[in-house]
Amino acid sequence: MPLTRQFLRELEQIVGPEGVVATPEGRLTYECDMHTFYKGAPDAVCLPTSTEQVAALVRLCLREGVPVVPRGSGTGVIGGAMAPHGGVMISTTRMNRILEVDLPNRCATVEPGLINLWLTNAVKDQGFFFAPDPSSQMVSSIGGNASTNAGGPHCLKYGITVNHVLGLEVVTGAGEVVRLGGKVQDRPGYDLTGIAVGSEGTLGIVTGVTVRLLHAPEAVKTALAAFASLDDASETVSGIIAAGIIPAALELLDETIIRAIEAGIGAGYPKGAGAVLLIELDGPRAEIEAQALRVTELCRAHRPLDIRVARDEAERALLWKGRKEAAGAIGRLAPNWVLQDAVVPRSKLPQIMREVQAIAAQHQVLIANVFHAGDGNLHPLICFDDRQPDQVARAIEANEQVLRACLALGGSVTGEHGVGLDKPKSLSLQYAASDLEFMARLRRVFDPKGIMNPGKLLPSHACGEAVRPGGKMALPEGAWV
Amino acid sequence: MPGAFDLMDPPDTDGLRACVHCGICLPQCPTYRLLGEEMDSPRGRVYLMRAAAEGRLALTPTFIHHLDLCLGCRACETACPSGVPFGRLLEATRGQIERRGARPLSERLTSALLLSLLPHPRRLALAVGAARLYQRSGLQRLVSAGRLLAPFARLRAMEALLPPSPPGAAAPLPEIVPARGRKRGTVGLLLGCVQRLLFPRVNAETARLLTRAGYDVLIPRDQGCCGALHLHAGQIDEARTLAVRLLTHFGRAVDWVVTNAAGCGSAMREYGHWLGDNRDAEVFSSKVRDVSELLADADLPLQRLDLTVTYHDPCHLAHGQKVRREPRRLLAAIPGVKLVELADSDVCCGSAGVYNLLEPEMADRLLALKLERIAATGAGVLATGNPGCLLQIARGCRERGLAVEVLHPVELLGRALPERARDG
Ligand code: SF4
Ligand code: SF4
Repeated sequence: MPLTRQFLRELEQIVGPEGVVATPEGRLTYECDMHTFYKGAPDAVCLPTSTEQVAALVRLCLREGVPVVPRGSGTGVIGGAMAPHGGVMISTTRMNRILEVDLPNRCATVEPGLINLWLTNAVKDQGFFFAPDPSSQMVSSIGGNASTNAGGPHCLKYGITVNHVLGLEVVTGAGEVVRLGGKVQDRPGYDLTGIAVGSEGTLGIVTGVTVRLLHAPEAVKTALAAFASLDDASETVSGIIAAGIIPAALELLDETIIRAIEAGIGAGYPKGAGAVLLIELDGPRAEIEAQALRVTELCRAHRPLDIRVARDEAERALLWKGRKEAAGAIGRLAPNWVLQDAVVPRSKLPQIMREVQAIAAQHQVLIANVFHAGDGNLHPLICFDDRQPDQVARAIEANEQVLRACLALGGSVTGEHGVGLDKPKSLSLQYAASDLEFMARLRRVFDPKGIMNPGKLLPSHACGEAVRPGGKMALPEGAWV
Repeated sequence: MPGAFDLMDPPDTDGLRACVHCGICLPQCPTYRLLGEEMDSPRGRVYLMRAAAEGRLALTPTFIHHLDLCLGCRACETACPSGVPFGRLLEATRGQIERRGARPLSERLTSALLLSLLPHPRRLALAVGAARLYQRSGLQRLVSAGRLLAPFARLRAMEALLPPSPPGAAAPLPEIVPARGRKRGTVGLLLGCVQRLLFPRVNAETARLLTRAGYDVLIPRDQGCCGALHLHAGQIDEARTLAVRLLTHFGRAVDWVVTNAAGCGSAMREYGHWLGDNRDAEVFSSKVRDVSELLADADLPLQRLDLTVTYHDPCHLAHGQKVRREPRRLLAAIPGVKLVELADSDVCCGSAGVYNLLEPEMADRLLALKLERIAATGAGVLATGNPGCLLQIARGCRERGLAVEVLHPVELLGRALPERARDG
């Protein structure tokens, strides 16, 4: 049911006519995030510029029972920032200011739409950085990172987003503006910041984030170790972790993804190797020199074809550019892909990689692997062409099998991308019904009428969403809810 | 559902499908930076074009509006890891819009007027005169009276771009200027429509510097227009006709085809694509070089100029032709010149061909950002290698009272070439 004229007028009164997108053409471009499989256009998109505007929008939607879908840069890969039930999408792209940089207290307060990398750019000259570095950090928003509790290569050493969010300002599904946490870390009461981080817009919409800033390390060393096979590379990873070394990052890239990266970016990865490890050490100079020797030895134990250390910052930056843009470069291999984000205990890495290869062979699909090997978080990119229905079916089947294989090894259905529209169904593989029910009750405390990002995160039977009568309940094909 | 495009030069399906919706291009897109809206971002525009190709959308006025707002700066292409050929997709889509008259009449009048003026030196000269007259006549007060007067508003925008004093009639360049010193090759020089009328000195310096670098410079008479503006506006057939004419003038005798206008260079490098199976066009495209590329490794006896200089990357040089290092190297090679980096140097200044005349509001916002960045460098000279950027940024500096001299890199280089060597 499209929104009424009166309702649209009220939206315009809040954010101004230039803050509302209601044309079919405009709405269409918001129908999906990076997971283009799931499509659902909102009935209107609003681009507020202040917390007050966001609160007014949510209250209006609450009054009318209209779903609210928060969206940052739309780079998620789980169908989190699209509108399966229509409603009003709130885009935070125009709320992208840095409100305060407080270096003595090593923190900054920003609006949610600020691009992750822009924060580091703003403080790097003073020797600081913002640690969470999802591969999308050159475009994804800090509000989105917080809402999905994003990870990234350097989270192996520094921890994921939740470890770096000190406080949040949130407009809840009840239309209240609440401040959770704050600059000071030890606060009395419940850790509501921890609950809100990773809640994927189902409790409310983030309108401000106070984050921790870290001192840049004294020295950084980045090396590439090439191996003949995926197996050798994953055994090396297990070896490094078992030796108690925690690199700043430990990324595994297989031959297929290297082909895509070299075609798309030309980052200088060795072609022809079965797999490559991108290893980064950082910290005090003396310490990383010693670590580097140790890591080299551990690599040598698994017949490396080549070990190369980046000579300068330019080479290092290029290697990272290749790694971070890998998912974009996959377009060089196939027009579509699904990205699995499952996790295994890191000791199980060699085993799961063998299974992934077997699954690829069995279903005759091309699977490219590029992932945070150090924490066991897989990212097989399963390629297909959506013009070939049988390919689509095989890709979905392979995706499902990878997920089950990970769970069978004691893993988790998602590492860092979140649940979104993609995985609520899979949660019941991991949680008991009563646990899910408990989460649904928590959700209702923030969002009593169930208007916030309906269809996402929790299986719908557990959250009892009250989408407005006559609302678009039809889900896109292939959606698992 | 059938697609919205017909079979004449539709945007390439594989090109559209190469977009994996990753969004890496978003922060590089000037219109997205200003508006924050998906449909005014590269990802959104590709999505719209693809939806039209798949029959989910018609070529509606709103669709056209979002594509019109695109600068065609191709910053997204530089950013895209997936190789989406955005420039070509945009040109093909604009071609469909233009050819099938899907645009409101007054807008078509306007763009036809502009495009009929710019590529033709004599007509352009007349229009420049008309614009100056128009400014004095008070006609502009009537402009708001009706939409059909829109072309006059564009004339006013054009007038604002013109340098306060006309450059004066330039002595025509000879047809051949022989190399001096050790000969390195033969180049054909494209004079460019705007360049030859408003910046004759840039052409003269280009020719002189190239001969000093050891090139015979051929300057075909009546060489015509390269068709860049037509191509970028989607007048593909007109662009093809102009391209074929230009090809015949340059023949095969030259080693390189040189231009000092980024927009022209970028279009000429696309001839191979747009002229289909035309071997001559492919060869021609492969010979196109920006003047900075040929001069970058010439060993010129440059004199000291004590100046702080900053450099703006023209979109069609940095993104369209991937030429970034050479102009900087050239400028830094001048003794005494301190080259300071301009923040966001490769973000469009708003000129974008005739964009600043068609979408003045967006263009002005981009210009304001550019001027802020320029002021922050503290440089006394801004160098940039494209007539559109030169006009746009110079206008901005004039209006803002910013004491920055806006020059083409070859003008600065020309100043640094010793007088005696000039004569000898
Ligand atoms: S960077 Fe390329 S693939 Fe990614 S959204 Fe932009 S155009 Fe599409
Ligand atoms: S060409 Fe320029 S304005 Fe157009 S979408 Fe690409 S980056 Fe944006």
